[in-house]
Amino acid sequence: MAKMLMKGNEALALAAIRGGCTHYFGYPITPQNEITEYLAREMPKAGRVFLQAESEIAAINMVVGASAAGGRVMTSSSSPGIALMQEGISGLAAAELPCVIVNVQRGGPGIGGIQPSQADYYQMTRGGGNGDYSILALAPATVQESAEMIRDAFQLADKYRSPVFIASDGMLGQMMEPVEFGDTQPTLMAEKPWAVVGHGGKRKPNTVKTLALDPLVLEEMNLARQKKYAQMIATEIRYENFQVDTAEIVLCAYGSTSRIVKNAIDLLGQEKIAAGLIRPQTLWPFPDAPFQNLSKKCRRVLCVEMSCGQMIDDVRLAVNGRLPVDFFGRTGGIIPAPEEIVGQVKLLLGRK
Amino acid sequence: MCNEKILCAGFGGQGVMSLGQLLAYAGMIENKHVTWMPSYGPEMRGGTAYCSVMVSDTPVGSPIINNDATCVIAMNQPSLIKFEDTVAPGGIILINSSLTDSTVTREDITAYNIPALDLATECGNGQAANMILLGAYLTITKTVLMTSVIEAFKKVFGKKAEKLLPLNEKALKKGGDIILTIESVLPH
Repeated sequence: MAKMLMKGNEALALAAIRGGCTHYFGYPITPQNEITEYLAREMPKAGRVFLQAESEIAAINMVVGASAAGGRVMTSSSSPGIALMQEGISGLAAAELPCVIVNVQRGGPGIGGIQPSQADYYQMTRGGGNGDYSILALAPATVQESAEMIRDAFQLADKYRSPVFIASDGMLGQMMEPVEFGDTQPTLMAEKPWAVVGHGGKRKPNTVKTLALDPLVLEEMNLARQKKYAQMIATEIRYENFQVDTAEIVLCAYGSTSRIVKNAIDLLGQEKIAAGLIRPQTLWPFPDAPFQNLSKKCRRVLCVEMSCGQMIDDVRLAVNGRLPVDFFGRTGGIIPAPEEIVGQVKLLLGRK
Repeated sequence: MCNEKILCAGFGGQGVMSLGQLLAYAGMIENKHVTWMPSYGPEMRGGTAYCSVMVSDTPVGSPIINNDATCVIAMNQPSLIKFEDTVAPGGIILINSSLTDSTVTREDITAYNIPALDLATECGNGQAANMILLGAYLTITKTVLMTSVIEAFKKVFGKKAEKLLPLNEKALKKGGDIILTIESVLPH
């Protein structure tokens, strides 16, 4: 396929179809509506299921059903809609049902606004729902990466029998950029012997349930899931290092904000201030290693987010007191300007 | 070295989003790094819609313009008022003078007053005013070739719009030619 100019949201949608998504359930909300619009038009043409649910709660429960029945399932929403889905997401994690959940984040809390935000970091990485569970969260920073991460998300979901988040935001969803899909065929779904499907009476019926009243049984189930999460931590962490080795200050940012930070790093370079960027591509599991291997040149770390400071908790845990960790952010739907970040860096380094 | 930051603004329906998409697509055809970012706020009918386009030789970081536009294309009076300050010092502003009754007040930018709506009407349809301004922009900056824009037109609007291509091509060229005869309001 030739290079195309697409919105991040459209690229997510097309990549889902190419990634073999068989069922999509969703409910409209800005700024992710292009995903729903695109799939409403294209899923039926591809012989797949598109269904607009009556609410986000209905959508996530449809995901539960279709995933239990062995489908390759996706839903998408934006922050308040993802909040509504939390009960279902906890259930998906408990029942070990694979699916992809796209969150095109907007300003909150509550209904909030419709402009870009990254204030759902806690919601996605700390479990918005109840119980001991974690969910892989992939954070793209370009339209190209949005497409690639959806493809990977479906494979990871099948591999681990787990929901996978795509952590996008209003800027990345709405902006257009060139994107290439290549000519590869969609990856095949994993065998799903656990799926609740007809089998002609050849085996015992499969069941999918999350109720476990015996504490010993539930503990065993939780510990088994923890083993799975440990494997994710061991093998699925992704990040980008940008000019980190020579930096006297290392910034940490993901998604849209990492793009602004790269502009700021260029501006700082023009003033002979060496700054670098660690860009987590997985928010959970969080990339601790790059913060533990910083060079002696690095004097401090600055976490930049479109929130009041959420990812900074993980940055502090990773740095573990070895260096001062500071925060800069804009919230409510404001995208920070590169100059603001430059100003903050100079303030921290005591430069004019 | 190309590092253009263009903000296109006007009423909903004037084709400001399309103008930006054509420019971004043409840049992509020429293997430049491009982004296109719309305003998607709850805009009021009759208010200003706008998009930001980056066309660069190097990868684009932020797709957002923060008072550093190399060019603003203002298709109506509210856009002119709202975005005059968005132009970087030394930048340019193209004003659809058919729908504005004032020009810029700043003295550190170059302004071009172009009666785009009247010129497009002469071409056969006032709806092509956006193409007049895009043509003018390309003659001034040479960011991409007009042939790339025409190729982009087919890709962005598809087969259904092919019948509109001659009108748009005519308006693009007219804008490109007319700008050579229009005196800019130069920086003082």
